[in-house]
Amino acid sequence: MTDLESRLTRLAMPDPGHTELKRPVLPDADVAYTLHDTPIGTMLLAIAHGRVVASSFGDEETMTTRLARAVSPRVLRQARPLDDVRRQLDEYLAGTRQAFDLEVDLALATPFQRLVLTDLPTHTSYGATTTYGTVAADIDKPKAARAVGTALGANPVCVVLPCHRVVGANGALTGYAGGLDAKRFLLNLEAKR
Amino acid sequence: MTREKVELPPFQALIDAHWRDVARLARAMAGPVDGDDAAQRAWEKAYAAYPALTSAKNLRSWLLTITARCATDVHRARKPQRPLEEAPPVAVEGPDAAAWPDPDLWRAVNELPERQRFAITLKYVGDLDHHGVAAALDTTPAASRRLVSDALATLRSKLGVEDD
Repeated sequence: MTDLESRLTRLAMPDPGHTELKRPVLPDADVAYTLHDTPIGTMLLAIAHGRVVASSFGDEETMTTRLARAVSPRVLRQARPLDDVRRQLDEYLAGTRQAFDLEVDLALATPFQRLVLTDLPTHTSYGATTTYGTVAADIDKPKAARAVGTALGANPVCVVLPCHRVVGANGALTGYAGGLDAKRFLLNLEAKR
Repeated sequence: MTREKVELPPFQALIDAHWRDVARLARAMAGPVDGDDAAQRAWEKAYAAYPALTSAKNLRSWLLTITARCATDVHRARKPQRPLEEAPPVAVEGPDAAAWPDPDLWRAVNELPERQRFAITLKYVGDLDHHGVAAALDTTPAASRRLVSDALATLRSKLGVEDD
């Protein structure tokens, strides 16, 4: 590349601190998401058509790619549409809220995961734990305890759909997408009421 | 006719990867004053058209093509009475002109015929190959090559730089 050509590649490159380039401003996204710092780690929260589609410990690239495929490719990082979700989550994590007043869309879940996750708030209660086997019985699949465990582990809407309340038959915490420390934190939080 | 399911990346990934390129190209084509406006419009158009895309290939080139069209529109709209062949030069002499790096080059680029100016900004600021430039200008790669080489020759003589 000649000297002139390399000068051309730098044309319109603004000096630092002066005439900064501007990021675009777009209307409310089909899928809006934000990264939210909580005591149990950074969570990716996403909303589509007024319903929560993700509350997850998964990484940004993986989650937004899944949302683009499952819901709409018009996925944007926008905090404002998630104000209410963040507020309710913060209240819950501070111990001042026991139930979420949010609509959930399990667009990221498989049909079986939907079956397991949809009624979780009614099959569990704040401050109490249940077992994989009990949840399996609740959905009329009494032999599917292991599959229920896998479905809960893939919960795309963590905390809001309280998969942390489900533990092993012997009371062991077993596993959690946000790590066992997060699960312990949530169960301790609910035990304090 | 059935359309194959295209797996498009999240739009935010396009913004994060390309917003600087879009902003620079828009400013290089429409000038520092109208450029930001053109870039914003380009993103709005791209966002509106995105879900209907039939291919997830060359998204950067697609964005820069939209940017080039918006830059042309915004820029021409300032002086609508002029025929297309005499599109107005970019407004490099605004209050901020002195703050832009390489003002001599800006001025020389500004004085090029419009097609040449667009071709070299797409090629060098947009970093597109001749196929990309041709797509954005609705012409052929051979024509793009010619526009760029003519533009470079003019710039060399105006700026007094040697062939190196």
